[in-house]
Amino acid sequence: MPIKTSRSKQAPFTIASSPLGERIEERAAPCTRKERPRRERRQSHSLWRDGRGLGRGVVAAFCFIVLLAPLAARAEVTLSGFVQQNTAFNTEAANPDDRRYKWLEERAQLKLDATGGAWRLLAKGDFAYDHLGRKDESELREGYIDYTGGNWDLRLGRQVITWGLGDLVFVNDVFPKDHEALFAGRPLEYLKRGVDAVRLGAYPDFASFELVVAPDFSESRTPDARRFWLYDPMPGVTNRETVKPGQGDVGLRIYRDVAGYDAALYLYSGFQRTPSMRPDSMTVPTKITYFYPKLSVYGASVSGRAGEGVLSLEAAYYDSRQDRAGSDFAVPNSQTRLLAGYQIQPVEDLSLGFQYYAEHMHDYDAYLAAQPAGFPVDKRWSHTVTARLTQFYLHQTLRLSVYASYNASNGDHFINPEVRYSFTDQVWGAVGANFFGGKPWGQFGQLSRDDNVYLQMRYEF
Amino acid sequence: MKRWWIWMIAGLLPLQALALSGEEVMKKSQAAFLYPGKDFKARVVMKLINKDGQERLREMTMLRKNVGEAGGEQKYFMYFFQPADVKDMTFMIYKYPAKDDDRWMFIPAINMVKRIAAQDKRSSFVGSDFTYEDVSGRDIEDDNHVVEREEKVGSRDCYVVKSTPKGADADFGHKVTWVDKANFLPLKEEQYDRKGARYKQFTADEVADVKGIPTAVKRTMKNLQTGHRTEVAYVKTDYDLGIEDSLFSERFLRQPPRKWVD
Repeated sequence: MPIKTSRSKQAPFTIASSPLGERIEERAAPCTRKERPRRERRQSHSLWRDGRGLGRGVVAAFCFIVLLAPLAARAEVTLSGFVQQNTAFNTEAANPDDRRYKWLEERAQLKLDATGGAWRLLAKGDFAYDHLGRKDESELREGYIDYTGGNWDLRLGRQVITWGLGDLVFVNDVFPKDHEALFAGRPLEYLKRGVDAVRLGAYPDFASFELVVAPDFSESRTPDARRFWLYDPMPGVTNRETVKPGQGDVGLRIYRDVAGYDAALYLYSGFQRTPSMRPDSMTVPTKITYFYPKLSVYGASVSGRAGEGVLSLEAAYYDSRQDRAGSDFAVPNSQTRLLAGYQIQPVEDLSLGFQYYAEHMHDYDAYLAAQPAGFPVDKRWSHTVTARLTQFYLHQTLRLSVYASYNASNGDHFINPEVRYSFTDQVWGAVGANFFGGKPWGQFGQLSRDDNVYLQMRYEF
Repeated sequence: MKRWWIWMIAGLLPLQALALSGEEVMKKSQAAFLYPGKDFKARVVMKLINKDGQERLREMTMLRKNVGEAGGEQKYFMYFFQPADVKDMTFMIYKYPAKDDDRWMFIPAINMVKRIAAQDKRSSFVGSDFTYEDVSGRDIEDDNHVVEREEKVGSRDCYVVKSTPKGADADFGHKVTWVDKANFLPLKEEQYDRKGARYKQFTADEVADVKGIPTAVKRTMKNLQTGHRTEVAYVKTDYDLGIEDSLFSERFLRQPPRKWVD
């Protein structure tokens, strides 16, 4: 689906749910942390889920890995990284917290890559300071060990996994994302979050297999309600809490070449990555609970040359296991998602990409019947088109790009122009903007007051 | 002896038959320049130098494997070391004769493999003055080739071949290649635009013997109209290493084996 703060084809609660889910964890942090043993079934020892104050943990973990690495016999070690400044300021209105910045941060990344024989260790640690109240934003972005066998391999630890073919449209990419990062003008790599998982690859002759097993559930990060104006159907209810699944998830991708085309099948069993919300009462709600409904996804994709360009086709069936009848308004309806993309390079250093994306609700009548009165109703079909233009200049050191998304079913739209220049081989800077619009409850429409212009400047070593 | 000239011509006939046609020269040149060995590996250091002398560096390991005979299908695998913002990126090309390439790119920051559109072989390779075609070759059949004369480049005897695109859609008018008569390496090439003005010049600056195969280990492509040039050095060049076919796959695009990319 197009990057969104929630699932659009659901009850309005879920339209607004994910942004609010973040708010709860933010605003009610002191109390939910105390209550965690009671409400959160899973003990949070995973670094990133512990919230913002995890700098020391990350530093310790990173230092441990750094110390450990040279001990590995015959290991080849490389150390690299960057320092970065990232600012995004509002062009439309102040934030709900009255600040005028979406992002204001200095960040340094250290990446350690050690290889010895069939083993490899990679650790990517970020040390970051946020000037908008979060302060220490350090995190272990990735940290894993690889073992490469003959026709199989294993990756163990925190890793970024991306499946599917979409450009900011996710059909089979069921892995956690950081939607806030995209909307706040951070570099693209921050769109993805790592998962703590075991990834097993097997490569027999007839096909390749990638099995991902995560013992704990990892959620996507949704925009912070202090920084972004988000649709809230029940703004009066302040007592909110989040319940995360007490178990992990599993995904399998099978892929191979079929007559010159890259074909893949995808299976996933787990949970929605953005939360749904359920009030304790529809008439006099006093408390809202956020939860991650059970989900299975069965999908396929194919891509290859067609005419002058590359054609991508992708489809998935979203089996909403928690409410197969579609009669629970708080749980997303089962869906079919379809994507067709075409990318072409008409002249040197210019590339164009177009996508058509559709979501279809399966139990629409049940959805309509269950929809609480007074809330916006989504259509059975949602049609979205996107376009991306990328043009290079000056021996590919200057890049101009524009990404635009428009939902023909509800008018939702998002435009992201960007200019990026490499001043030297080590230093690059980017200036861009995020413009949102549409209905107040739409995935981008609710962000219409959150338009921003951003700057990124990075020194890499 | 009035017909002495007939005997003279008759005497020359075998020589005429031995002389190579333009197309044959270019085929041999392609085989010597782009297809030697069953496979090939080099650490490629590219310097992009503008007319003011400012340099940018592109550094990669390039691996190549021939699927069949010279002029046939090839697979390329590239792993980038520099600049820093593309470090660990990998790039794979399946090159087919008389058909557009298949190309894939791996973006490590988001761990994603992406197929990329590739119909324009004349576009710049990583921002350098070399095009994809300059790196991996242009189909011989796309041009008409005529040996115009023979001439020395430095101390080397060369065929001078003029190649004119058959189709009207080419973005250049013609090119002239100086092909070494002994080893068939192109030692110099001049590309002319459609107005007939010389705009790009290739030179093989150093030829070394690697496992008995003459290899242009230093080469330059200069844009004569902008003054921008790209100097390429092949270091750690080697042939016939036994690169497995499986290397050219999504698996290793995502996790390039250290033994091949150092």
